[in-house]
Amino acid sequence: MLGKLSWDAVPFNQPIPMAASMFIVAVMLGVSGLITWKGWWPYLWREWLTSVDHKRIGVMYVLLALVLLLRGFIDAIMMRTQLVIAAGNAQGYLPPEHYDQIFSAHGTIMIFFMAMPFMVGLMNFVVPLQLGVRDVAFPVLNATSFWLTAAGALLVNISLVVGEFARTGWLAYPPLSELQFSPGVGVDYYLWALQISGIGALLAGINMVTTILKLRAPGMTYMRMPVFCWTSLASSMLIVAAFPILTATFGMLLLDRYVGMHFFTNDGGGNFMMYINLIWAWGHPEVYILVLPAFGIFSEVIATFSGKQLFGYRSMVLATLAICVLSFMVWLHHFFTMGAGADVNAVFGIMSMIIAIPTGVKLFNWLFTLYRGRLRFEVPLLWAIGFMITFVVGGLTGVLLAVPPADFVLHNSLFLVAHFHNVIIGAVLFGAMAGYYYWFPKAFGFTLDRRLGAVSFWCWLIGFYLAFMPLYVLGLLGMTRRMQHYADLSWQPYLIVAEVGAVVIFGGIVATIAQLVVSIRTRDRRRDLTGDPWNGRTLEWSTASPPPAYNFAVLPEVESLDAFWAMKQHGPVKPPDQYQSIEMPRNSPNGFVTAFLAVVTGFAMIWHIWWMAILGVACALLTLLTFGWMERGEVEISGAQLAEAERVRLRREDGA
Amino acid sequence: MEQHDQAPDAGETEPLGSFASYTVGLIFALLLTGASFLVSQTHLLWAPGVPAGLAVLAIAQMGVHLVFFLHISTGPDNTNNVLALVFGLLIVTLVVSGSLWIMAHLNANMMPPSALMEMRR
Repeated sequence: MLGKLSWDAVPFNQPIPMAASMFIVAVMLGVSGLITWKGWWPYLWREWLTSVDHKRIGVMYVLLALVLLLRGFIDAIMMRTQLVIAAGNAQGYLPPEHYDQIFSAHGTIMIFFMAMPFMVGLMNFVVPLQLGVRDVAFPVLNATSFWLTAAGALLVNISLVVGEFARTGWLAYPPLSELQFSPGVGVDYYLWALQISGIGALLAGINMVTTILKLRAPGMTYMRMPVFCWTSLASSMLIVAAFPILTATFGMLLLDRYVGMHFFTNDGGGNFMMYINLIWAWGHPEVYILVLPAFGIFSEVIATFSGKQLFGYRSMVLATLAICVLSFMVWLHHFFTMGAGADVNAVFGIMSMIIAIPTGVKLFNWLFTLYRGRLRFEVPLLWAIGFMITFVVGGLTGVLLAVPPADFVLHNSLFLVAHFHNVIIGAVLFGAMAGYYYWFPKAFGFTLDRRLGAVSFWCWLIGFYLAFMPLYVLGLLGMTRRMQHYADLSWQPYLIVAEVGAVVIFGGIVATIAQLVVSIRTRDRRRDLTGDPWNGRTLEWSTASPPPAYNFAVLPEVESLDAFWAMKQHGPVKPPDQYQSIEMPRNSPNGFVTAFLAVVTGFAMIWHIWWMAILGVACALLTLLTFGWMERGEVEISGAQLAEAERVRLRREDGA
Repeated sequence: MEQHDQAPDAGETEPLGSFASYTVGLIFALLLTGASFLVSQTHLLWAPGVPAGLAVLAIAQMGVHLVFFLHISTGPDNTNNVLALVFGLLIVTLVVSGSLWIMAHLNANMMPPSALMEMRR
């Protein structure tokens, strides 16, 4: 009846996982209790859970990312603490089978459920506003993408309470991840969570590509699009091209595990190298999926806070597109050491070095934008400058790793771990934080606390260097990754410094939370009445903060790059005498219901509860068909309503 | 781009294909699927030629899908679709040819099992 599920699945006899599960369950019950007590459920359902507004969906993505940043960070600091203790005779407090789950969960969560939702969320919120349009191309699909991502995140966190997580590392290489060596449910949790959220990501990518190609304000030609739209387009094209590979690869591993096929097994004619080849054919584009939007954010931030047009707009666009294609030609550098000959290694090594060129172009463009600009050292610019310095270090160690002979020494060492944290924290996370602070007033109508923002930045920057520079040294000293214990006591001082770095980063995270709390409490003093708190250049600043559901009462006419800047130079646009009515899509529970059914189906498949899986799939299909064929019409906002709303907005702007 | 003052979902869109064109596409697709089963399950083709035959049928199948279901044509309004197809083809070529090359090389450079056994002694 319940497949493999029994009370044994709950870790009653292991104190640490049990405490963590109890904590999570308590928090979830507490939050739902509070919502019930305050009677917020109808509001939440109407305004958020069923919302198809790209801005609300973007906000929910970022919220999901911030919550899972916390979860991923707890994993990280547990690992660091273990490695401070577990030297020589000491074994530390985490047994190997638990430690293995922690590093697998850390990587999986940080990439799929922190970095991805953060970037997709910012794209969702910003791109339609920057393009000067009212929503994305497929609003209901957009909500579905978000809820599928959330469904995956929920499954990963359920594994903490019921059962276990994978012990295979964040990419679950076979043969270790095959049934023979991982008979438990851990790998199944991993696979189903990522299959569900992967489909969400793919749909989000399709939506974003369509939006940028088909919906732009009048006059917004390709070469007048803000750079963030370009990088979002490139990143979304990579999502569309790469995520099917991931889904197919995981699909084959699932077939191996569930019906005894032999794609990647040791016996029966399988070849696990094919998995490693395919997973990196997705995995390398994935790092550019994450970093390209970050590059876009920095381009916007640096141009805005330098008070200048971005230097070399065309070269920026070209570099973005070059990276987009080149990112599909370098994936072997993740497995130089796995048997390929000199020809293959040389070609992929050289391609990996070539991809540093367009990235270098971008860096010089940012530098030249800053050069002789009127810099305003607001928090986003701090993140941007911190990024530029940190990312150069990470990029250079990357070029070093792209040299196959050097890679033979450094492969799977802590040098590699330091390198990819250097680029992912230094570029993706710094970019996400810059974007969070930069667009927060647009989303909520008040600015974030500047001092705590600066504290958060400095903690992250200093903490990052303390935490990861020692790992470079340890890698060169020969320490490999994913070790739960080590014998060489000379490594311990470095690991203590790294732990201190992690604690400093924790300070940064606390500052971010405190910043949010403080800013909400003092929001009346920090209202953004103009809609343009940073003296911005692009169209998102031309509407109110927060923007109305329809974004723009009249779609803006774009005549040049940096459209809003040009509008400000020409003096205010005269409001029209009459407003045309607008039709907006109606809210839909489709996404939420489908994702809920996806969780049910995924959970059933993980625990081999076949009847529940069939029921889940059948209900999901029924939901899709029902909502797909339902004629729901649109919400109409009349011209008179628009005129009134615009009058209020313009009066408020004049007062500010 | 005339429907700017409407929400993205609001515009009435023309259906891209007619009932007849979808039916023709479906028949082609079914025929090609049937042919693949025929080729693989019978001795109609010379045995070593079967993989090549299946590859040809698969590519024909993709063509049918692209033309009849995804409406790739040479019409003037079709730039985005054609560009998307070209990008897709580029990526598929890179991934497939790269994978074949990598996998061939991995096997070529693998130590033969007998030599491995020698080393373990």
